[in-house]
Amino acid sequence: MRKTGDAWFNLVTFLFALSIPLLLLLLVAILIGQALPAIKIFGAGFIISSSWDPVKETFGALPYIYGTLVSSLIALAIAVPLGLGAALYLAEVSRSRYKEYLAVMIELLAAIPSIIYGLWGIFVLGPLFGLSMLSGGVILAIMILPTISAISREVFRSVPNILKESALALGATRWETVKLAVFGPARSGILGAIILGLGRALGETMAVTMVIGNRPEISASIFAPAYTLASVIANEFAEASSDVYLSALVELGIILLLITMIVNGLARLLIWKTVGKSNIF
Amino acid sequence: MIKKIAALIIGLGLISTTALALTLNGAGATFPFPIYSKWISEYHKAAGTQVNYQSIGSGGGVRQFIAGTVDFGASDAPMTEEEMKRAGGEVLHIPTVMGAVAISYNLPGVVELKLDADTLADIFLGKIKKWNDGAIAELNPGVNLPGKNILVAHRSDGSGTTHIFSSYMAKISSAWASQVGAGKALSWPAGVGGKGNEGVTGVIRVNQGAIGYIELSYAMTNKLPVVALKNRAGKFVKPSIASTSAAAAGALKKMPKDFRADITNAGGSDSYPISGFTWLLVHKEQKDAVKGKALVDFLKWSLSDGQKYAEALLYSPLPENLQAKVMDTIKSISY
Repeated sequence: MRKTGDAWFNLVTFLFALSIPLLLLLLVAILIGQALPAIKIFGAGFIISSSWDPVKETFGALPYIYGTLVSSLIALAIAVPLGLGAALYLAEVSRSRYKEYLAVMIELLAAIPSIIYGLWGIFVLGPLFGLSMLSGGVILAIMILPTISAISREVFRSVPNILKESALALGATRWETVKLAVFGPARSGILGAIILGLGRALGETMAVTMVIGNRPEISASIFAPAYTLASVIANEFAEASSDVYLSALVELGIILLLITMIVNGLARLLIWKTVGKSNIF
Repeated sequence: MIKKIAALIIGLGLISTTALALTLNGAGATFPFPIYSKWISEYHKAAGTQVNYQSIGSGGGVRQFIAGTVDFGASDAPMTEEEMKRAGGEVLHIPTVMGAVAISYNLPGVVELKLDADTLADIFLGKIKKWNDGAIAELNPGVNLPGKNILVAHRSDGSGTTHIFSSYMAKISSAWASQVGAGKALSWPAGVGGKGNEGVTGVIRVNQGAIGYIELSYAMTNKLPVVALKNRAGKFVKPSIASTSAAAAGALKKMPKDFRADITNAGGSDSYPISGFTWLLVHKEQKDAVKGKALVDFLKWSLSDGQKYAEALLYSPLPENLQAKVMDTIKSISY
């Protein structure tokens, strides 16, 4: 009797666990089905072509892929040092009674709807950097800052005190302690925080589209307008009337999905490689 | 007792089915959404019929209409022959109101600006790059034009406004017609994209030297200056409710029977050249008699009593002789 109960329990939880990857598969299958007309017409050329002309119905994804990757990289370049620095101050350095308020305020940034960031961006970043790749990157940086800093703060905090105390007991300075006894064991956690931030940056739509200038062009200057995958889908989907046009947009969605999957996969590899077995998280 | 309950349930069922039958569902263009929602609430008060309208965009409206998920569609661009074939049966285009697309700009100190077709095309093609360009200066004697760079602002999302604007540009400039063409979304030769009318308005407002096209109501409510455009008769005309109605009147002679008319660059000395209709899309043969009648009644009301609400919301009502013609088409709907 007990054994059958266990078996049932096993089966039911297994089905629950299975349903999530199944959902993902279903999602991908639907996307591929919808994108099939565009895949058939443009083939691999879709990824390397820079022409996006809904009137002549020639579609290429390269400027969007470029815009997505570069704007996210700019965001990381700004948000990682800032976020980690803030987290370090809050978790390790500060002895102030008020640091909890500071932490709450940083986390509050995550609760602001992206359209508000976009509006702010139009009126503040627009005149400053123009409607450009840089403005898009800066907006994204601000948006992923709370993710990176909140998670890495938790990671820093969960480093066992004994590690820090040992370092201090060995005569390490404050910085050496942080370097050896905090950054060391927390490496994978920090990487995790950065990846979560990157995930949000890659997929963010509304705020970016309001400040990036929405121009599908690859330009060497980050002061020139650009365009991202998520933005063009959101912008053009509602009015895309022809089948080829619609399926080209869905194919952009598949590319975005692939990029996020590849980025996550690479990051996971990086964690395994750099951290190895000594990792405590 | 049981009988009573049964009767009550059947009664409730009847009420809900009749209520359902009198709900009309429509979807489509965002541009006429303010006037449609005004009509819907006024018509509900007057006739009791519930109309649901979802402003999902013209392209979406056409798709839903073809798929048969809505009782009527709505679009700022007429359906193509191929789309009408896919919808099955005969499709009617019912023009409801008109709107103008204003060319707005941000140049402190310049209150009046005149442009003609060629200059406008060259600006949006990116050929004219500075405000003090000779072509602009020639049209605006006495205006102190700065040497600022021109920033072209356009829509980044697919839109009926873009369709009207680019139809005009393709008519007046062969370079535009071959390089860019007309459509709801384009491959833009110059400038930056803003999302929605509010996005383009935002770009114009915060960037000195910007120029862009927006619906007239956005230019008016944001108090942005608008360009006086040279029309076909050679007169410089600013966009307004009156000059849009004049354009429709100017195009009336050449109005096709199915009303799928492009009234950009219309004749007539007072016509503003960038204006257009917005249409409701309905099947000529209505399958459901009750719904069909409700739909026809709603259309009749919109084209008569409904027209008086247009101007307050900055749309132009249809000229009266056109209203009569459209009414005949509505009467031809069978149910």
